Amino acid sequence: MSPILQGVLTIIIGVGGCLAYFYGSNLVLDRVVFPARNDDQGRNIRRATMVRPWLFLLPAILALGLYLVYPVVGSFIRSLYDRSGSNFVGLGNYLEMFQESGFRVAVFNNFLWILFVPAASTFFGLLVAQLTDRLSWGAIAKSLIFMPMAISFVGASLIWKFVYAGDPAIGIINAIGAYFGAAPVDPLQIPFWNNFFIMIIMVWMQTGFAMVILSAALRGIPEETIEAAIIDGANPFQLFFKIKVPQIAGTIAVVWTTITFLTLKVFDIVYTMTGGNFDTDILPSYMMDYMFRDDGRATAVAFVIMVIVTPVMIYNIRQARKDV
Amino acid sequence: MADLKLTDVGKTYGGTVEVLKHIDLDIEAGELIVFVGPSGCGKSTLLRMIAGLEKITAGTLDIAGQRVNDVPPAQRGIAMVFQSYALYPHMTVRDNMSFALQIAKKSKAEITEAVERAARMLQLTPYLDRLPKALSGGQRQRVAIGRAIVRDPKVFLFDEPLSNLDAALRVATRIEIAQLKEQMPDRTMIYVTHDQVEAMTLATRIVVLANKGIAQVGSPLELYERPKSEFVAQFIGSPAMNLLPGEITGTGMRTTVRLAGGGTAVSDVSTSDADMGMQVNVGVRPEDCTIARQAAVYSGKVALTEALGEVTLLHFDPDEHAQEPVIAKLPGIHKGLRGETVKLSVDPAKVHLFAQGTSLLYR
Repeated sequence: MSPILQGVLTIIIGVGGCLAYFYGSNLVLDRVVFPARNDDQGRNIRRATMVRPWLFLLPAILALGLYLVYPVVGSFIRSLYDRSGSNFVGLGNYLEMFQESGFRVAVFNNFLWILFVPAASTFFGLLVAQLTDRLSWGAIAKSLIFMPMAISFVGASLIWKFVYAGDPAIGIINAIGAYFGAAPVDPLQIPFWNNFFIMIIMVWMQTGFAMVILSAALRGIPEETIEAAIIDGANPFQLFFKIKVPQIAGTIAVVWTTITFLTLKVFDIVYTMTGGNFDTDILPSYMMDYMFRDDGRATAVAFVIMVIVTPVMIYNIRQARKDV
Repeated sequence: MADLKLTDVGKTYGGTVEVLKHIDLDIEAGELIVFVGPSGCGKSTLLRMIAGLEKITAGTLDIAGQRVNDVPPAQRGIAMVFQSYALYPHMTVRDNMSFALQIAKKSKAEITEAVERAARMLQLTPYLDRLPKALSGGQRQRVAIGRAIVRDPKVFLFDEPLSNLDAALRVATRIEIAQLKEQMPDRTMIYVTHDQVEAMTLATRIVVLANKGIAQVGSPLELYERPKSEFVAQFIGSPAMNLLPGEITGTGMRTTVRLAGGGTAVSDVSTSDADMGMQVNVGVRPEDCTIARQAAVYSGKVALTEALGEVTLLHFDPDEHAQEPVIAKLPGIHKGLRGETVKLSVDPAKVHLFAQGTSLLYR
């Protein structure tokens, strides 16, 4: 069968199947299960109305169950077995992991990431959004700052590897250092601070995201409230912090939490920059260290990450709903 | 307490688009001045220039004898009430009202006292700790007015403050503003509206803006009784004044005009012999018309009647001589006039004469 024919057939079966499901199931509900006839008319209509939403939700619930709930449960079960997957070890993987210094370093670094990356990205995003608001060349500045969003994490990491490169002929930092006569350094090997040099990459990428969302939010503030504050005597700083920021606080929270759980999922940057060496591991890259070698341990780490992300995500969704 | 003086004020956007020019206006302390005009005439722009939200591109603005063209809004001694209330949504009513004083670093006791006094004046005391979103439209507008009062300004600026309220609330709030003015007789107020009733009831003097400038300034009844131009005559009063073209056939203390439509109008406006034969428009307000048996100013067929109970509006068939179909507003109820030919007469004291758009009273 030619690929085109196969594609067309798939679409017809897929779309037709959907239509058939929704039409057919509703028909069965209205005609057979709860027919709107005879004495029970009113009650049956009411019942059918109660059942109908579930009919529409069913395909989505099944798909989500298959692709989201099952893997979560499956992972949890897998994390209770050893590396071969055949011996049940209970919470052994977790206990072993908590005692390992590598895991503790990863958790500590991860907290640094959660604190620094969302804060810095949101701050710079807000700063750029405010500063470029009324600028004639603001749109150009904004698109330049937005651009890193379009690069993959690995691509961005490669760019920054050049920035940090030890050879002054390649790395711009060492080139500047060499100009002032300093000896070459490798920023990625400076203990503790190397974490921040890696985080800067994420900040560089996420500032654009924060800027776009916050810029739109700033535009949404009613102009009159700003004018009223000007008449009330507020200076530009008071205007920004007392009138504008409180009015977009909901959006700031959404941006902050969105970047927080993006941060909790990032592994590519650390993997590409240091491979987790020099005490720069974070939980996702720590997980990848064990993936395919000890799936029991890797799923245990994955589970810890999920437990950390979930509350942030719930807060995020609530905040986003409130905003609308 | 403070008088305003606008001298040759103008506004140009981007150096090319002229919105206002040659505005000369003296506002005395304690006056309530209303700016009216058709939409787009620049009345809000003029108010915003006084507030300092728009730059004055020509002329000078003095408040209390001091040139304030380049003085920032907060130091002009003004407070403004916006059409959309412009309350800070994240602050309680109390914080909204005290924001300006907090910025000015006033003492806590002073702020509390000022806020509570304003709240009492506006019956807002029970709502002081609520957020604006928990208030009705009328309450929000009162908070906005309260925010202005707390600042104790020399000049209050109102930018269509009642436009966002429903009809009943608009009347109530209008009366509140009038009472507010009486409680603060020394404060100057400038009020922008497109609503004639607000203008007529609130104003000490009305400023009619049109064609980038001032068409006429005067007390409400002065504008109604002695309009300077056809524009002002038709803008003030509703339905608008009827204009009937004609030719002067008799001059003196009283002027006689033979109308193009066939009737004859007599006006108390005096003319000289030189005016004989002049082409004029006779202005007659719908409410000044009475039904006559003979010797009519106007006669025509009634196309439509609108019975409002207290008055009945007669809309006549379109007339080839008048620009707009003639309308008469008769007190009381008149039945069965539709389709009839009706003759109208008018008291000579209430007949206006215009030549080339300008009233003959102001020559």
